[in-house]
Amino acid sequence: MKLNGAQILVNCLQSEGIDHIFGYPGGAVLHIYDALNACDKIKHILVRHEQGAVHGADGYARVSGKCGVALVTSGPGLTNAVTGIATAYMDSIPMVVISGQVSSAVIGNDAFQEVDAVGITRSCVKHNFLVTDINDLVNVVKKAFHIATTGRPGPVLIDITKDTTIAKIEFSGYPKSINMRSYQPEIKIKTTQITKAVALIVQAKKPIIYSGGGSVIGNADKILRVFTRHTGFPITQTLMGLGAYPASDKQALGMLGMHGTYESNMAMHDSDCIIAVGARFDDRITGNLDKFCPYAKIIHIDIDPSSVGKTVGVNVSIIGQVNDALSALMQALKGKQLADISQWWAQIETWRSVDSMAYKTKAGVIKPQSVIEALYEVTKGEAIVTSDVGQHQMWAAQYYLFDKPRRWINSGGLGTMGFGLPAAMGAKLAAPEMDVACVTGEGSIQMMLQELSTMLQYDTPVKIINLNNGYLGMVRQWQEFFYDKRYSMSYMDALPDFVKLAESYGHIGIKVEKEADLKPALIEAFKQKNRTVFLDILIDPSENVFPMIPAGAGHHEMLLAGRDDMASTNDEGLNLV
Amino acid sequence: MRHIISLQLENESGALSRVAGLFSARGFNIESLTVAPTNDETLSRMTIVSIGDDDIVEQIVKQLDKLIDVVRVTNLTATGHIERELALVKIDVSPNSQAEIDKHIDEYGGKIVGVSEDTYTVEVAGKSQRVDDFLVSIDASKILEVSRTGVTGVCQKREY
Repeated sequence: MKLNGAQILVNCLQSEGIDHIFGYPGGAVLHIYDALNACDKIKHILVRHEQGAVHGADGYARVSGKCGVALVTSGPGLTNAVTGIATAYMDSIPMVVISGQVSSAVIGNDAFQEVDAVGITRSCVKHNFLVTDINDLVNVVKKAFHIATTGRPGPVLIDITKDTTIAKIEFSGYPKSINMRSYQPEIKIKTTQITKAVALIVQAKKPIIYSGGGSVIGNADKILRVFTRHTGFPITQTLMGLGAYPASDKQALGMLGMHGTYESNMAMHDSDCIIAVGARFDDRITGNLDKFCPYAKIIHIDIDPSSVGKTVGVNVSIIGQVNDALSALMQALKGKQLADISQWWAQIETWRSVDSMAYKTKAGVIKPQSVIEALYEVTKGEAIVTSDVGQHQMWAAQYYLFDKPRRWINSGGLGTMGFGLPAAMGAKLAAPEMDVACVTGEGSIQMMLQELSTMLQYDTPVKIINLNNGYLGMVRQWQEFFYDKRYSMSYMDALPDFVKLAESYGHIGIKVEKEADLKPALIEAFKQKNRTVFLDILIDPSENVFPMIPAGAGHHEMLLAGRDDMASTNDEGLNLV
Repeated sequence: MRHIISLQLENESGALSRVAGLFSARGFNIESLTVAPTNDETLSRMTIVSIGDDDIVEQIVKQLDKLIDVVRVTNLTATGHIERELALVKIDVSPNSQAEIDKHIDEYGGKIVGVSEDTYTVEVAGKSQRVDDFLVSIDASKILEVSRTGVTGVCQKREY
């Protein structure tokens, strides 16, 4: 039977097992929408802004582990999607974005709603395709999903001209697999590297496991636990890696990096052997590279060879899936005696006893940290938590102890404000049985507010925890420390009444001004299983995120809360902000 | 240090801009870049000359290898290789300078491929250094125009 390009596309998506698409229609994709209308296997979520579509697909992918799919029209549809695509790219999220393009006959003529989609997205996708011939369509779709979901995952864009969606050909089915000579994501672990790594591991007197987003994306949480328990080594996790190893376990030192725990950063600094697992030595982790881990031999496990040696030189690289690499290490460690590290643990305990996450409470004021602690308590640590970007993101990462992977959903790499709400919607669609909380601030939430409307339409009840301090808090914190308290444009006047706003979107709004009301409000919100509840929580506007490695400093130069000799940095450090 | 990086990539639209875009986005330097299809028409061969220390070149090679269209990347500088470059040089030839210029053309194995009333167009090929030396040998005021292809190269061994 002859089908048009749009019908073939929808057929392919169905064969690929896609059950949710987040999108927004427009001229160039009308045929695709017509074909979608006739398909009852795929649920389409009509967002209110294309950025929301991509973040929604992203949240869905992060929670489910499946490939997210977004569909947008040409021109502004695509440009609106770019922030979402870049967000997914930085965090290695499997995603296929389909964009409409003007007809091939008018490409390059500055046609209505034309942009060079493959050109614009080139540097923020794993790969992209422009389809101008219907005969190429099926293979391109197969390649797109293959590329997006294998190796180091990432977003792939398929830009399809309108005439391709209209043209008809005989559809002979969707291929089960595809082989690309230029893309071979299967990498076998090299035994020689395993042997070298084991030699370092058995000698290590001050070892530490530094685990990142790759442990989550690579579904390596089980083997990571086995490996960590077997070795008895301390483990620290990056912002992107939280949950792969249970935060509440005694071997877990908490997050590392700019706002990580004192024990994590000090242990990294003093370590003689770092086992980096699916982590990429990002600048928020390393601080000043010249001062980074001066005594350590580094073993780096990563699927992406270009992540190895990019910022930090390593001693042994193991290229491959985290799962395969850790299994190989476990196998090779069998029967081998490890060095005694009891002294190392004793040292770590002294750092731990500093209690770097302690914070001062003030009567009559709601501390943001206590909000996250209360959230953890009320949800028994079992919720999916999404966040936006800023102080609230750090507090959520610090005070909500994630014991399972794919529960902590945030834009770690690109740092995209506006991510949290649509990602929470995607998360809820991926895991309808779970509680989903979106921890946000009054700055971030206003970047994607319109998705409250989508959430009503598709019945995705989420609890919005708005840590409202009236400031762009992280900007304000830096201005306080490093710009002599010149608060340039970090104060937000004329905030909306979030309660009324939530109500006008058909949701429940609750304002929390007193500490005593905090927990009851949270309990009430989570009791409302089928409703989205917007908790507008007025927090201490002067609170800052601690501990902190100021830009330009080393891990051992952390600032702890409640000290008067406040942060200082130099121009070189400010360059790294 | 100067490195010659050789790529085989899918002969598809956009492949060249992916490579060029990578260099600009990551702040890598390109001295020269040549590209053309090979005997296999589905493949293009690209030769890039870049200057950077070993760490940077290692990153360049890895990042290029990561591009989906790239089938193979080789750092030719790290192995036995042949490199050649071709230049077309338009030279002002006046009766009193001709003999001198002819001498240099002979010395560098150049070929006069075009002649006008008072100019020669000379083809010089060889390693880049040879082309550089030829250009230096000619009185700079006599050189009207230079067009160089950039380096192309292959590995010496049968397989690499």
